[in-house]
Amino acid sequence: MIPTSYYLILGALIFLIGAVGVITRRSALIVFMCVEMMLNSVNLSLVALSRQWGNLNGQIFVFMVMAVAAAEVAVGLAILIAHNRNSNTTNIDEINLLKW
Amino acid sequence: MNDAMVMLNLNMQAILPQTVLILFALLIMMVDAFGSGATEEHAGAKGALPWIAIVGILSAGAATAWAWGKTPVSFQGQAINDHFALSINLVVLLAALLAVLFSTSYIQKVNRQIGEYYALILLCTVGMMLMGAATDLIVLFVALEIFSLALYILTGLHRANPRSTEAAMKYFLLGAFASAFFVYGAALLYGATGATQYDAIAFIVSNGQADPYLLYAGIGLLIVGFGFKVSLVPFHMWTPDVYQGAPTPVTAFMSAGTKAAAFAGLARLLVLALPAAQPQWGWILAIFATLTMILGNLAAVRQQSLKRMLAYSTIAHAGYILAALVPGTVEGADAALFYLFTYAFMNMGAFAIIMTLEEKVGEDALQENARGLNQRAPLLAFLMAVFMFSLSGMPPLAGFFGKFFVFRAAVNGGWAWLAVVGMITSAIAAYYYLRVVVAMYFEKPSAEREATVPHTWPALQIGLAIAAAFTIVVGILPSFWAGIMQSGFGW
Repeated sequence: MIPTSYYLILGALIFLIGAVGVITRRSALIVFMCVEMMLNSVNLSLVALSRQWGNLNGQIFVFMVMAVAAAEVAVGLAILIAHNRNSNTTNIDEINLLKW
Repeated sequence: MNDAMVMLNLNMQAILPQTVLILFALLIMMVDAFGSGATEEHAGAKGALPWIAIVGILSAGAATAWAWGKTPVSFQGQAINDHFALSINLVVLLAALLAVLFSTSYIQKVNRQIGEYYALILLCTVGMMLMGAATDLIVLFVALEIFSLALYILTGLHRANPRSTEAAMKYFLLGAFASAFFVYGAALLYGATGATQYDAIAFIVSNGQADPYLLYAGIGLLIVGFGFKVSLVPFHMWTPDVYQGAPTPVTAFMSAGTKAAAFAGLARLLVLALPAAQPQWGWILAIFATLTMILGNLAAVRQQSLKRMLAYSTIAHAGYILAALVPGTVEGADAALFYLFTYAFMNMGAFAIIMTLEEKVGEDALQENARGLNQRAPLLAFLMAVFMFSLSGMPPLAGFFGKFFVFRAAVNGGWAWLAVVGMITSAIAAYYYLRVVVAMYFEKPSAEREATVPHTWPALQIGLAIAAAFTIVVGILPSFWAGIMQSGFGW
């Protein structure tokens, strides 16, 4: 059996890749995808920990995270479209009307 | 009640106020869909929507009052309606009530789809109330997302205004980023203890059976997630932009409601689930509180837009509230709760007056818009002065006792230096609050504004009267209200 720590390390790496993506990428869509990747790395960790502890809390948690991620997609894409109609860009460097 | 429900312990009483509010939100959507008239002039039942929302909020308040002292636990101990949760219910419902009263005629100019606006306000309130009631990491996460998702939409409600959609975009991207940190922290806490319920977590952590690496990483990530939501420095970057871009009633609601909800979740998590780890998280919170108090107040000093100035001041207030939570005592949780209560009405009142000073919907009120307000609208100027004095912590108004309890909790918990930092930064804060008062009373309005009187309407006046009444009455009778706003954790 593969030890739980392997899953946790993989989960942490994916989370880190997602976080770096959020900080460095310029397209709002890609940033959004990176956030989804972070959420999925959490799901992986949760499932592995659920097996480790032998209870189902972690798996229930995964369902909740998936449902929330789906709701986030719906809201997020709507906001992206609404903003794109106003400004014609999805580049987050050009989102700069409000500052200081 | 049948056998299966007894066995599962699905005690619906524990989330009765939330259930009532959800039903009213659905009712609003139904009325909006089927009750609207065919033409613009004949608006049909739409005019009733804010009043349905108000009835819903008052019913939820009645349900809260009914549940007072009963402390029902439900869903296998995942949510609880103890004194703390009910007090948070009152704070959040008050914020929602004021938000609805402030929005009535304003929000129609922002967006014609007012049905979804009121439904979203109510659903958002449900999420905020659940934050106070959650005693399980899963429920906490879901509650956090319920109110966050509703707020992302409300921020971008002014769809034709690029500043509103930009604020929504920033809020959404950073909020989603923060919730990823939050849920990862919750996952690691589950990994350290094998439980998601607070009582089980507290038991395992206090017995030293938790894996320290996973535990501290989890606590750290959870604090980062909460830090984004309550806008602690260094996670505050979104706050001024979002507060400035969002429609003003939404900003008012967000500033009071989000703070109450997120601090409720944080207080319950830290004081109930993780008291054994206080030596570790106390220092982290103390550093965040210090940075937040200093930077929030200093940044507010140089703002020309009143809305943005108040946005920075909300950051500073988050620092004061956090200072009360640092010792991890029940007294600190009490003080934070009382502060959130006082903060809700005085800050929302100030935002409402700023809203009346806007010359065009979606445009900011600047410092010079407030000049000579005393000559143009003496009553508004007086109310604004009351709110500003209260926010800066002048006795005998509500804000003074909020600060007093918070600093006393910090001193009694052995963090006197934190209280000193708080008092020094409060003195800085007095400068920018009182500058508005000086502008209103001692400066002349510019020539083109001399004749203009800020537009108000009956619902707004009622809301302002409620906010001002609370600000003064709570200041006169602080101990009575502190007795109601008491944490009294259920177990």
